[in-house]
Amino acid sequence: MPTPILTPETAARRSVKDLQLGESGTICCLKDPEMALKLLEMGCIPGTQVRLNSRAPLGCPITLVVGEAADYTLSLRVSEAATILLKE
Amino acid sequence: MSSAGIRTAPAGQAASVAALETAAGRLPGYGRLTRIALIGNPNSGKTSLFNQLTGLNQKVGNFPGVTVDRKTGISQLTPQHRAEIIDLPGTYSLYPKSLDEKVITDLLYDRGSAQYPDFVVVTADASNLRRNLLLFTQLADLGLPAVLALNMMDVAEQHGISIDLAELQQELGVPVIPMNARKGIGVAALKIVMAQQLDAPGVSFYEPEPELLPMIRQIRYYFNLHNDYLALHYAHQFRHISFLTPDDKAYIAELVAKYAFEPTARQAQETIARYNHINELLLNVVSVTRTEKAEPYSNRIDKVLTHRVWGYLIFMAVLFLLFQAVFAWASYPMELIDQGVAWINSLIQTNFDGPLISLLTEGILAGLGGVLIFIPQIALLFAFIAVLEETGYMARVTFMMDRIMRKFGLNGKSVVPLISGMACAVPAIMSARTIENRKDRLITIFVTPLMSCSARIPVYTVLIGLVVPDQPVLGIFNLRGVALMGLYLLGFVSAVGSAWAMKLLMRTTERSYFIMEFPVYRWPRWKNVGLTIVEKVKAFVFQAGKVIMAISVILWVLASYGPGQAMEQAETRARNTAISQALTPAETESRVASQKLESSYAGRFGHLIEPAIRPLGFDWKIGISLLTSFAAREVFVGTMSTIYSVGQDANELTVQQKLAAEKDENGQPFFTPARSASLLVFYVFAMQCMSTLAATYRETKGWRWPILQLVYMTGLAYLASLLVYQVLK
Repeated sequence: MPTPILTPETAARRSVKDLQLGESGTICCLKDPEMALKLLEMGCIPGTQVRLNSRAPLGCPITLVVGEAADYTLSLRVSEAATILLKE
Repeated sequence: MSSAGIRTAPAGQAASVAALETAAGRLPGYGRLTRIALIGNPNSGKTSLFNQLTGLNQKVGNFPGVTVDRKTGISQLTPQHRAEIIDLPGTYSLYPKSLDEKVITDLLYDRGSAQYPDFVVVTADASNLRRNLLLFTQLADLGLPAVLALNMMDVAEQHGISIDLAELQQELGVPVIPMNARKGIGVAALKIVMAQQLDAPGVSFYEPEPELLPMIRQIRYYFNLHNDYLALHYAHQFRHISFLTPDDKAYIAELVAKYAFEPTARQAQETIARYNHINELLLNVVSVTRTEKAEPYSNRIDKVLTHRVWGYLIFMAVLFLLFQAVFAWASYPMELIDQGVAWINSLIQTNFDGPLISLLTEGILAGLGGVLIFIPQIALLFAFIAVLEETGYMARVTFMMDRIMRKFGLNGKSVVPLISGMACAVPAIMSARTIENRKDRLITIFVTPLMSCSARIPVYTVLIGLVVPDQPVLGIFNLRGVALMGLYLLGFVSAVGSAWAMKLLMRTTERSYFIMEFPVYRWPRWKNVGLTIVEKVKAFVFQAGKVIMAISVILWVLASYGPGQAMEQAETRARNTAISQALTPAETESRVASQKLESSYAGRFGHLIEPAIRPLGFDWKIGISLLTSFAAREVFVGTMSTIYSVGQDANELTVQQKLAAEKDENGQPFFTPARSASLLVFYVFAMQCMSTLAATYRETKGWRWPILQLVYMTGLAYLASLLVYQVLK
């Protein structure tokens, strides 16, 4: 059964949650299978570049710019961002 | 004649009949209208397009079983051809994430249904084509004839995105219409295409993996479906498809188990495959010639509007303005409506007489007035909310408030209903519609009436004036003001506390996400704002209004009729006493009204519940007022003045004096601080407003939530009053 979105060694990797403001990263995989469905539909496909755009005044939620061509801005909670793992 | 012959002849006829039917369907008044579903991502300009196509010819109804409004409209495509357009909720894919999105699959999976659309118009944001095409490719693979309304071409242009329309049309296999729906550009071209006979796109974007085919084909042939992809969707979603029978579901469940079908992994695989296909397809279609690296204007605005200090200050200013509008500005037109209804009533009453006239004026017209009075508040609140939504500011509100509100089981957007609830719970409950998550929305609707609304103010004023001394506190505050603020705080704390309790108690199968698009700032389209107001007012008047009318008439009957000859006897008794005590005609009329009310069904009700409310310190007179103030809380003051025969024109001060003079059986003042405090607390908590219940009924599409609300709030009020009275007395 192919499960392209999940990897076994998920603990060590950085996630979108760890990005600095303005920093970009490339999505490697998505940790939470159910939430992954939602994120995939929103264009967070493995291999897509995302940039941390802003944080809410209280630190959560955050906004990401999705896609190299800056397709659109996505907002999500920090707990949700933690499920998006980044390539090294 | 052979059986084959019999079959062929009607087949030929059938073709011409079908042609005739199609032609008839195109003519107004003949057969059925072309049925078109409008579907697209959130923020893709779907609402603007719907408004452009239908204008004021819109109707709001219900989808069965969910809380989504079913918005339909009639569009005149050509002088001869009208179409019915159904506006579906915005969605990113055909895999529903919420109960509300289910209406889409229910509509699009059932080809046999009378509601099944002839084709779909898919709106897509041209500035973000990749993500918007995901939904389109799924619809196309379902085999639905489609048109792509490529919206927001102006934004795409600003972003330096150019789109090869001919190539896109070729790749997608359907007509592509470039548009700017906000300005109405492209609408005429779209209407022309919509008036044509459309075919299903001949292009496939995704083929289910071969290893799935044995399962898919069995489902497909069992249900006689027209393609594999629809059969795959059955396998994914059979549990939630409302038109399948339990046997159907059991059949699919068996197959899914037999082939070890893993829906989550398969769905992920499909989404990725679709994106890969779309990326490839767009290589030849889209070219980005952006040179400027300047920060987008939306980001620069956000630096101020979501700033940790300015952001909240500006939001508070917006809320203050909104509150002012619903609380103060709305009061002028409300006054006019009130006076207008009173004027018509007195006109009728001075010229006619009789029980039917009384029913008309005090029952029906009073009820109608009670419905119309809310229109200014609803219109103003939704003007504000529509502007906040249209500009994209509402997304920022959610963004800033989410962290705080989430702790209490509420949503960032719950702030707007809660604050509006301090003016009036009716428009406030309607405004909870903007909360996408079902659980958050229900909790918000449930707790909003606990916020102290403006109708409680007359009750608060009379009772506070009665028992709280008019003296300064800490030099600058007035004790009465402090008491009033305390009541407001009590309402607020109970609302938030109840929300928190509900968060723990309410089970939900729906997972709550925050993941959403953060829209760019845009100027509001006033046409959309106007149509929102019209839609909300219509929905309230026609759906909540009938409940209010019905309860109003029932309350009138209860207060105007008594068992047997009780009312007549009461009147005779009152008049005899009046003669023996030599009362003035005005005093006599007050006495008669008071005695009649006591003998009416409402009076009986007051006596009946007296044992139950005695522990709270209330007597039967207050019992009557509790019943009548169900029409609206401020009616409490009017009923008290009738019972204490103060006369019709009593103001709050005279009622207060009368209440202060009331003695109990021992000759002590009846309205002791304990009794008044108990009554005040009761009014803070109790659900005494039929209009609020009607609004909850309309927003939750059923009686379950309004009844729960009534029971919960009344129970809370009873317990709180009991506690206060027993401790203080």
